[in-house]
Amino acid sequence: MIKNISNLGDAALYCDFGKDVNKDTNTKVIRYFKSIQKKNILGVNNLTPSYNKLIVSFDLKITSFKNLKKEIENLDIVNSETITNKKIEIPVCCDEDFSLDIKRLEEKLNVNREKIYENFFDKEFFCYMTGFIAGMPFLGDIDKNLRAKRLETPRVKVPKGSVGLTEQFANIYTFESPGGWNIIGNTPIDIFDSSKETNPNLINPGDLVIFKEINKDQFLKHNE
Amino acid sequence: MSKNYFEVLRAGINTTFQDLGRKNLYHIGIPFSGVMDNRNFLIANKLVGNKFNSPVIEFAYQGPYLKYFGNKINISITGDVNFIIKKKKDVIDGICYKSFSLEDGDEIDITSTNKSVYGYLAISGELDIKYQWSSCSTNTKANIGANDGKKLELNQKINIFKINENLNHKSLKYINTKIENIRILKGTNFDYFSEKGKDTFFEKEFTVSKLSDRMGMRLEGPKIENIVDTNIKSEGLIKGVIQVPADGNPIIMLSDHGTIGGYPKIGVVISADYDKLVQLTPGSKVKFKEVDLSSAETLFKLYDLETQNLISQI
Repeated sequence: MIKNISNLGDAALYCDFGKDVNKDTNTKVIRYFKSIQKKNILGVNNLTPSYNKLIVSFDLKITSFKNLKKEIENLDIVNSETITNKKIEIPVCCDEDFSLDIKRLEEKLNVNREKIYENFFDKEFFCYMTGFIAGMPFLGDIDKNLRAKRLETPRVKVPKGSVGLTEQFANIYTFESPGGWNIIGNTPIDIFDSSKETNPNLINPGDLVIFKEINKDQFLKHNE
Repeated sequence: MSKNYFEVLRAGINTTFQDLGRKNLYHIGIPFSGVMDNRNFLIANKLVGNKFNSPVIEFAYQGPYLKYFGNKINISITGDVNFIIKKKKDVIDGICYKSFSLEDGDEIDITSTNKSVYGYLAISGELDIKYQWSSCSTNTKANIGANDGKKLELNQKINIFKINENLNHKSLKYINTKIENIRILKGTNFDYFSEKGKDTFFEKEFTVSKLSDRMGMRLEGPKIENIVDTNIKSEGLIKGVIQVPADGNPIIMLSDHGTIGGYPKIGVVISADYDKLVQLTPGSKVKFKEVDLSSAETLFKLYDLETQNLISQI
């Protein structure tokens, strides 16, 4: 199912699952990711699944590209390895204090905000990957007519909890960070909790996410 | 409160607790972190009789100024570092790769690194610091690891659980060398760059920019021309990947790098050159040189053997 395995430097495998970014391809990536994770292969340091790639980085003192490539090519990837699609509901407040870029989106997309929000809250999102910063989920897919590019100049500080849109994805800033996504709201819940030793992430690849609109009172009361 | 501790009289520029880093968390966006210069880390710990993966204090450019309270303890400093030890009666000029004893009231002032970025302070004992996901390594961007994920701060204390029993003195003859040629393997988007762009990459000189930190090293120089796309679909990164964004200036991913990225990868620095790469100061001139995978693997074996040899001499 992997189209091609090449080396990324001397201590990582670059597994390519094909050009397309869609659920089918990504589901294959996640299936491989989970299968390899389960095998606890000696020397593997990290697995990074993304839309259509899987990077397997390893300790060059313990194994090598050639050995690990062989091992992964011969892996028994069980098709019944079903991905558990956990369903998660995320409350989002779109008060104007939080929807920093809704006006920009209206202008860029030539669509009014009601339409943007209606579409956003109606949709069941699929988590393709998590990362860039700890726990940040990449959720798809935004409708074709509602896809916008990143800000021309990224913000130096995007507030924690910000929900942003860019191209076919929505994401959530798990902590304050620089960033260039179009911010349309904010969630009061912790998406990433570093005090949790296991599962610090609320949303993991393969999970399904629904956003639920809350007003500012509900937002403020949430953490009381 | 601990009986044996250091008080921070000056924190230094970027002083953090580090060990060999944390594995198997890239998929949730947590970087490897860990010491930038592995060899100097391993040597520092061996010089004070610690286990190989004991936490150390990593500093950049200007180190911390510390006052010690408690029973006799040993310390060592590795890298290319200027420091002094202030005893009650005299001041000792510090020497790297040599253990020193500290007694109650002694001070250590790590004034600067010399033509290098990172240095290491190892303490002969177990530090009372927080571990997170099996590592103490501090990631100040995500606030993960020891010291609540923060840099060392003025007036804080570094508590020591237990001092090693054996306080024999040890030393090593070792001189850090600099690199001018960074050896690389072609990246997965090598063909995104024009023939002219590839020539620029391999033939021209690049300068290390001031905008370099534990996350990445930015380089400046002639622009590397991209003829396909200046973005790719976001995918995993590893330490040493050289990304070239739209502005044509390469950025090398270092220990605290973001786990995924969307810029084309022109190359990846070989593992054998990583320790020396991170020590390049802003303003340093470098060139990239291509090697093949089997050479990179052999060069790493040699690097690792040399490291093991040095450690066994202590």
